[in-house]
Amino acid sequence: MSKQEQHWEKTRNLLFITLAIWFVFSIGIFFFATEMNASGIKPFGYPLTYWFTCQGSLGIFVILIFWFAGRQEKIDEEFGFTEREDD
Amino acid sequence: MIKGKFIDNLPKVYGIYTGGFLGFIILMAIAEQAGMSAKMIGIFFVAFTVLIYALIGYLSRTLQVDAYYVAGRQVPTVFNGMATAADWMSGASFVAMAGGIYFKGYGYMALLVGWTGGYVLVASLLAPYLRKFGCYTVPDFIGTRYGGNMARLSAVIVLTVASFTYVTAQINATGTIASVALDIPFNIAVYVGLASILMCSMLGGMRAVTWTQVAQYIVLIIAYLIPVFWISNKIGAGFFPHFMLADEVARIAELENQFGLGTIKNSAADLATVPKGLAGITKAHSDVNTTPWKFISLAVCMMAGTASLPHVMMRYFTTPSVKAARRSVGWSLFFIFLLYSSAPMLATLSKLSLMDPNLPTGIIGKSIADVQAIDWYQNWNQANLMFVSDFNGNGTLELNEFFMGGKAVVLATPEVAGLPYVISGLVAAGGMAAAMSTADGLVLAISNALSHDIYYKMINPKAETAKRLIVARVLLVIIGFAGATIAALEIQGILGSVIWAFDFAMSGLFFPLVLGVWWKRANAQGAVAGMLLGLISGSAYLIWVRNGGAGFWGVTQLTFGIVGSLVSLVSMIVVSLITKAPDSATQKMVDEVRIPSGKTVLGKQH
Repeated sequence: MSKQEQHWEKTRNLLFITLAIWFVFSIGIFFFATEMNASGIKPFGYPLTYWFTCQGSLGIFVILIFWFAGRQEKIDEEFGFTEREDD
Repeated sequence: MIKGKFIDNLPKVYGIYTGGFLGFIILMAIAEQAGMSAKMIGIFFVAFTVLIYALIGYLSRTLQVDAYYVAGRQVPTVFNGMATAADWMSGASFVAMAGGIYFKGYGYMALLVGWTGGYVLVASLLAPYLRKFGCYTVPDFIGTRYGGNMARLSAVIVLTVASFTYVTAQINATGTIASVALDIPFNIAVYVGLASILMCSMLGGMRAVTWTQVAQYIVLIIAYLIPVFWISNKIGAGFFPHFMLADEVARIAELENQFGLGTIKNSAADLATVPKGLAGITKAHSDVNTTPWKFISLAVCMMAGTASLPHVMMRYFTTPSVKAARRSVGWSLFFIFLLYSSAPMLATLSKLSLMDPNLPTGIIGKSIADVQAIDWYQNWNQANLMFVSDFNGNGTLELNEFFMGGKAVVLATPEVAGLPYVISGLVAAGGMAAAMSTADGLVLAISNALSHDIYYKMINPKAETAKRLIVARVLLVIIGFAGATIAALEIQGILGSVIWAFDFAMSGLFFPLVLGVWWKRANAQGAVAGMLLGLISGSAYLIWVRNGGAGFWGVTQLTFGIVGSLVSLVSMIVVSLITKAPDSATQKMVDEVRIPSGKTVLGKQH
């Protein structure tokens, strides 16, 4: 496998992991909205589903993107595909 | 000022700007104490901020193509994040979203999840690759990746339909604010709004829009957060509302029961007397009050729409590198998060101020005559945005007898909660900033696509720089006027039109963009089929449901993008597979896009 193919395979795997986490917190948990609200778990005292829609999921997305960017930079570095600073 | 030096000095420049703006707020507060009228304060706030943006727009004027289309590709990561946040957060986010949550609760909170979750798709699927491509516009990517004028033209059509729907909503929002703050009729105010929008973008294109958007973000975030923190502290709910409003959320649920929410219903005859466009509080505040599919389908449409809207995507063309584009998406979402996580808090505080009989501002349960005598009620009632009526004839105001325009919630909250008028002026300026910044991005996206992709790439490839930029500016003005004219007709509310725009973009562009990077086998025929059939089927579904069609799969007029994008995906794959694979040059181009290093694919051939 060429260097570029390996790089793309790793990039693709990272994409799948990122999208899996994204799916859970943007779609998956909301299938169980009623159950979550009834669960009695109350972050900061808010009903659980309510909290996810107004803070939880949103915050997770912010962290997820920065984590993704960091990982992708590592992959690019590993294969020497990092841009020159002055690019 | 030298350009390089300006970029280095950004933190200082915007630091001084922020300080100056805070000073202006304090000055206005003092003026209010000294007896300046509410009307004058409103005029000062809106006029002063709009003039500043116009000044920035003028200072950023340019005669270079690179600066006009992509701000010279040198906008630093964090500042591009701020500009994107302003570009993104429109009148819908600032003015209408909290209102939607206020009236519909959980069902509309799908917008919060959808309008943030979409950025994960932007960061992972598209932005870095399109940055590497080095295009000026989104159709530029489609046209070059798939090859052929047909693909380019189809992309321009989808872009125009989606962005134009979106821009009418923004001009509607600027018109609403200008008409309330400056006290002029709505159908004149939309043109005042339009003039302010054009002043920012006409001379400097993307460069001017970038630096005004950063300035607009600062104004809009200050204007959104101050009332939230102020009201929270005023009613003793906690100094940091985001983590401390659990009791208030529970209290609203208690009051909803007490006032018979959901059990006391209005008769159709009573509702007929309510002015058009106003809504009552009919859904629980924090309970799950909609089916999972309804919530999820709306969130999915908003997420895929986010990743397909050209005015957002083109902001990432302005970063200095691919790496910066990726990080910039994170910063964008961070700045958006600051406002979005505050919207439900604003809705909670605003609703409690209105509902709770223990608070001095509570009006539910008071006598109708008293409520009708309140100053702010009269103002908003005159603007046709608030209405009470004694349906049951008992002389007191019940929860089901109070009606308000969704777009008035954020703007009216400071007055409802009894804050000084200076805060209302500030919020009006914030709403104006939000709507203007998005309108600028959208008008620019449309006119750039028409001037670059249609005029330069298809009609007159030999056009000189000066001529290209004149065409771009003329188109900008024409599109702006068309948008204002349609906005003045008020076909659909702000939130509704914005949601439609996402569905249009998703129907036509989501899969052609994503597969352009992630599926080498995708070819021009497939992409054209995907864009056109997606857009047509989505629009047909919308028209069908609008005219009383039953729909299927629980897809409503707010989520028709699901139908459009599925048709788009299937037709794109089928048509691509039954026609010839893309040539080796195209395949090589895709390989090139997938690695960050090296020259941009389009290089300097513009």
